[in-house]
Amino acid sequence: MDDQTVLKKTPLHALHLSLGAKMVPFAGYDMPVQYPAGVLKEHLYTRTDAGLFDVSHMGQVVVKARSGTYADAAMALESLVPVDILGLKEGRQRYGFFTDEHGCILDDLMITNRGDHLFVVVNAACKDTDVAHMKAHFSDCDVTLLEDRALLALQGPRAEAVLAELWPDVVDMKFMDVCDASLHDAACIVSRSGYSGEDGFEISVPAENAEQIARALLEDLHCMPIGLGARDSLRLEAGLCLYGNDIDTTTSPIEASLEWAIQKARRPGGERAGGFPGARRILDELTNGTSRRRVGLKPQGKAPVRSHARLFADSEGKTELGEVTSGTFGPSVEGPVAMGYVPAQYAEPGTQIFAEIRGKYLPMTVARLPFITPTYKR
Amino acid sequence: MLKFTAEHEWLKLENGVATVGITSHAAEQLGDLVFVELPEVGAELTKDGNAATVESVKAASDVYCPLDGEVAEVNQAIVDDPSIVNSDPQGAGWFFKLKLKNASDADALLDEAAYKDLIA
Repeated sequence: MDDQTVLKKTPLHALHLSLGAKMVPFAGYDMPVQYPAGVLKEHLYTRTDAGLFDVSHMGQVVVKARSGTYADAAMALESLVPVDILGLKEGRQRYGFFTDEHGCILDDLMITNRGDHLFVVVNAACKDTDVAHMKAHFSDCDVTLLEDRALLALQGPRAEAVLAELWPDVVDMKFMDVCDASLHDAACIVSRSGYSGEDGFEISVPAENAEQIARALLEDLHCMPIGLGARDSLRLEAGLCLYGNDIDTTTSPIEASLEWAIQKARRPGGERAGGFPGARRILDELTNGTSRRRVGLKPQGKAPVRSHARLFADSEGKTELGEVTSGTFGPSVEGPVAMGYVPAQYAEPGTQIFAEIRGKYLPMTVARLPFITPTYKR
Repeated sequence: MLKFTAEHEWLKLENGVATVGITSHAAEQLGDLVFVELPEVGAELTKDGNAATVESVKAASDVYCPLDGEVAEVNQAIVDDPSIVNSDPQGAGWFFKLKLKNASDADALLDEAAYKDLIA
């Protein structure tokens, strides 16, 4: 991005500045990377108490069939996403991804059955192309990017108690439930999900109420604001992919070890097998596997191994295996954590490989994901 | 004598040996450090070459050698506990001691007032 580009602001921009956030450009928005507490403390606080994240830059999209029926909207989205959306119950959410004709990933998204329509949340950097992609393919649905709403994420073991101060009914929700909620008399949509590996919520709120609701949540002694820096280390410890790093148009869902997100109905022999872009490759890979896989990687030493570090089978750099796609220091793990792609024969947990860092070859162990134990309320 | 560089290092000069660390300003900008890698004792370093690496949760940063010299001693304490660099950057958080090739080279570095102007 050149310096002339004017960064967009979320409805919470003024709040971030008043809280002393360090702001950085991210996906065309001026976003808080950290607050005065710093990334390390923000990360740990989210795992012990509750962290509030502004994720308003993400795309909130309504897909509604002109027939007015959920099934028609679901069938339209199923033509682009290899997920059982028809079988998703009202008030429930599911993870998925748009695939391209090569069977690779255009974006990942959260999909909710809202009764008579679909509510989907997509990545900030992809939202315009995702909306255009859906509009081009859905002749009988209206696709609307909601520009007048903010999105807050409230994550951590105390998130339920913090949100219950504003909306007591939250205690009845389970992981991946989605409900309407009135917070300070504003019509909100609350989902019990997130991107940290902790129990928590994402709350879609009208833009004009966003700051008031965020301030009310932050009034709780067990809630503090968390920036994008800690959001990244939290999701990496939780083994969750970042679009653009760990998955993109060069990776298939099976290579990315995301086959768990493809339900039986869309698999070979399923009621609605295939029928999405790249289905031939993806169905073949579900049966026959792939030559490479995304795996967790635990550096054996203390040095963080960052994205694009090259991976080798040996400590002399002779046999190259692939590269790290995300890597950082995991504050909760108290050591470095990473993920990357390796040939299938190196994907077994416990396998030792090496990463090239500053001319040295550091040993790493292929590890099961996630690196932490998630606390989702199932 | 205390000297500074535009790359946010400080040097305490005594008898041709410089104790080198990063400034409070640099430590604040980097955030909580989680990893430090120091040069080997005996390594011959050149001015502006890589001397050390520090990493926060977010990113890795290089620490450059402020002058030509030979590494005489390193501070293992900050390798074992990188948070010392954040809590006491211009004291217990020193990085290494450099036996200067030419002690007079230090004259060209910034004094404290000039460094404060730079970061103001």
